[in-house]
Amino acid sequence: MFRTKSLVAEIIRLVILLFAVSLLAFILITSAPIDPLTSYIGTESTLSPEARQEIASHWGLNDPLPQRFFTWLGNLFQGDMGMSITYKKPVAQVIGERFSMSIVLMLIAWVLSGIIGFLLGMACGKHENSVFDRIIKTIFLGLKSAPTYWLGLIILTVFAVLLGWFPIGMASPIGKAAEDVTIADRIYHLILPAFTLTIVSMGDVILYTRQKYIDIAKSDYVLYAKTRGETDRQITKRHILRNIALPAITLQFASFSELFGGMALAENVFSYPGIGTATTAAALNADVPLLLGISLVSAIFVFSGNLIANILYGVFDPRIREGKAHA
Amino acid sequence: MELLNVKELLVAFSMYKKGFRKYELEVIHQLSLNVNSGEIVAVVGSSGSGKSILAEAVLGLLPKNSHMHGEIFYKGNKVDKKSIRKYMGTDIAYIPQSVDHLDPVMKVGEQVVGVHGTKERQKELFKQYNLPEGTEKKYPFQCSGGMARRVLVTSALMGKPDLIIADEPTPGLDLKMALEALKDFRELADRGTGILLITHDIDLALGVADRIAVFYAGSILEIAPVDDFVEHSERLRHPYSQALINALPQNNFEPIKGTQPYAGDLFSGCLFAPRCHKRDDKCACDVPMADVRGGKVRCVHAADG
Amino acid sequence: MHKYHKKSRLLNRRVVLLITMIIAAVYLVGVFIWGCCLSEDAYGINFNEKFLAPSPEHWFGTDNLGRDMFFRSIKGLSISMIIGLISVGISSVIAIVMGILSAVFGGWVDKVVNFAIDLCMGLPHLVLLILISFMMGKGVMGITIAAAVTHWPSMTRMIRQEVLQVRNSQYVLAAYKMGRSRWQVAVKHIIPHILPVYFIGATLLFPHCIMHESAVTFLGFGLPKELPAIGVILSEAMTHIVTGKWWLAVFPGLMLLIAVIFFDLIGEGLKNLLNPQTGNE
Repeated sequence: MFRTKSLVAEIIRLVILLFAVSLLAFILITSAPIDPLTSYIGTESTLSPEARQEIASHWGLNDPLPQRFFTWLGNLFQGDMGMSITYKKPVAQVIGERFSMSIVLMLIAWVLSGIIGFLLGMACGKHENSVFDRIIKTIFLGLKSAPTYWLGLIILTVFAVLLGWFPIGMASPIGKAAEDVTIADRIYHLILPAFTLTIVSMGDVILYTRQKYIDIAKSDYVLYAKTRGETDRQITKRHILRNIALPAITLQFASFSELFGGMALAENVFSYPGIGTATTAAALNADVPLLLGISLVSAIFVFSGNLIANILYGVFDPRIREGKAHA
Repeated sequence: MELLNVKELLVAFSMYKKGFRKYELEVIHQLSLNVNSGEIVAVVGSSGSGKSILAEAVLGLLPKNSHMHGEIFYKGNKVDKKSIRKYMGTDIAYIPQSVDHLDPVMKVGEQVVGVHGTKERQKELFKQYNLPEGTEKKYPFQCSGGMARRVLVTSALMGKPDLIIADEPTPGLDLKMALEALKDFRELADRGTGILLITHDIDLALGVADRIAVFYAGSILEIAPVDDFVEHSERLRHPYSQALINALPQNNFEPIKGTQPYAGDLFSGCLFAPRCHKRDDKCACDVPMADVRGGKVRCVHAADG
Repeated sequence: MHKYHKKSRLLNRRVVLLITMIIAAVYLVGVFIWGCCLSEDAYGINFNEKFLAPSPEHWFGTDNLGRDMFFRSIKGLSISMIIGLISVGISSVIAIVMGILSAVFGGWVDKVVNFAIDLCMGLPHLVLLILISFMMGKGVMGITIAAAVTHWPSMTRMIRQEVLQVRNSQYVLAAYKMGRSRWQVAVKHIIPHILPVYFIGATLLFPHCIMHESAVTFLGFGLPKELPAIGVILSEAMTHIVTGKWWLAVFPGLMLLIAVIFFDLIGEGLKNLLNPQTGNE
């Protein structure tokens, strides 16, 4: 891996990769068999072919692909991501609003799944094969295999429909003006999607921590620590915790890709107005500028997770920090 | 004073043979051994014959898929996996094979101090064992082979132990360092510590030990004073011990024909019998440990000379 | 005396594992064949039986058009499996080719393969699937290709690792020294070593493909609404959840969940049985 390389080299690599990813997204989106013009003006438009042609050339739709890409990139650096067809607003504004909604959702799920998952994983590892371990393991192995959106539907059915504790959708009550929406309203609408995303993300953390605990508990250095007269509690505190925490936190940062996917599905089930619902709306409406913008933002999101993961290793793992790593 | 006494130890692992048959792999059986204070007992056997399992069994470190029979006494008290832990780190110290037994993400100094030691004693021991200033701030991967060994020795001495169990403390060291390591052990023993030294290097063991225990196919065939091996090999009681001495380069350099039986397919009776020139029908019976000429041996022909 | 062999129990863990794997395989193959052979009448529209709750006649109940949800689920699952089969086939071939190439040639080939992996994992997987499906104009073709060309990275890494390990192992180096040709070494040593890894990897890839297909379908970019796919069924179910038609969502999802668990079980089981180092307890 690239852990031993310097941070600068790592950042350069990521920038190149980000460029390549946005190019890939651009090619995929622009070669779709839809006419962005038609989706913009609608199929019933009475625009003359000449007028259409004029708009097309004004937008640069007739230019060759590389030129269009660099035009888009150039505009991007000036902060212009184009206009969203779906929301009739600048793409940058749409993404800004939507992403801040999603960030709240993802942050809650990420922190909760990380902390609870880590603690449960430690407990399972410590009591390997106990009833507690078996139950937790079975539940989360099952949940790991469950489709996120189905889980969301079940949670929605139980808590919103059958019990009636929570609203069925939307981040704010329908019919209330935006300025009237209170923090309490938002939290109330946030709980179910956040809960869904938390338990979906938690499975990996639990199973990873548990396995790591079991492996470390059998490791030479834990056996040796036992011969040094350390109690189980001391061993957990001095050796196991230290050796699991870093990889577990790193894994949590490296899982931004799955987190984003889970978020998109959860948002669609709970009609939560974040970037996930915007993605589906953009793709359904052939909203090319918005789709491009979202792809770019989601790639940056995944990249920053990976970057943080690598930096964490570089800073906190002595084997890498102090250089001359053997492995 | 008798520190450690192991009686008729048996260690077996559950394994899967090709496919779906589960079976028991007997790694150690009928093993008896004792260590007194002030002496070095070297358990000598070829690599991969299961010697390290002996240390793990005594220290209660065996993995879950294993089980153990027999009795272990420490200073006359019967101990098991749980009760031995109260002696460990203070009364009993273990010196493992390699630096891999140190926590990779904890600084050396902190590990040497452990939970029972003090910073002062660590400094004192580091000075005594010529560990350079600053070693305590290093991580295990930053230590050279020789440094790592001394770190492990200082860790063992942290609690002023009465009994030290050292598992292959010399591999990976050059001859000079290996001799130095053994000199350290000798000094410790002369000051009253009992040492159980597990090694495949019979030459080094002969140079330092008081008694030699010959380990073969999971059991100890003979325990005798080191003199019998060095000066009076005719006094040795077991044909295998004699063959072992004859195989040394400084003696006849005469290889032993055949191979050790694999722990998976052991037969009853003396396990050395197929390779032994004294073999006869009696060897197929159970052979108990007997006292012969001031040593212990497991051979029906030992008394014949 | 030396023989301390306990009598081996008839049902040790490996035997139990094998039996569960067989049950899982029979279930999956059964659902697959049943779904493929199912006539359209079985899950056709019947306006006399709208919104029936689960009963002995309709195990999973019926939907707003009176379609039997049990048969729709079976059919849907078998369609998912066909798509899964195709995409696993393609993805695993990409993986084995890229994995072997990068391990054998190293250097810039290795760099290119690694870059391709990073590129493929640079976007959230779901977003990438949507984009590819979007580019292909959605539908069966879109989702199949999307699933087929995005599931190879992890397996490529696995195979690359495995080839590297075998290539540098003592017995392969010895075989070269003894004058064996590259081809002979490949046939005699490398391929037998890679094959189990390949099959385990492919089996474990299957549930991923199916899950992603159904997720993309659920969002409306995969299989068309006319097909009784699990994703379609569940997205329809969403509109009826408000009125308390819970069975429309619960059972079809459960079917998918069980299929995914069984595929995982077979994959992990194979891993366990083929790797002698594990499971000695």
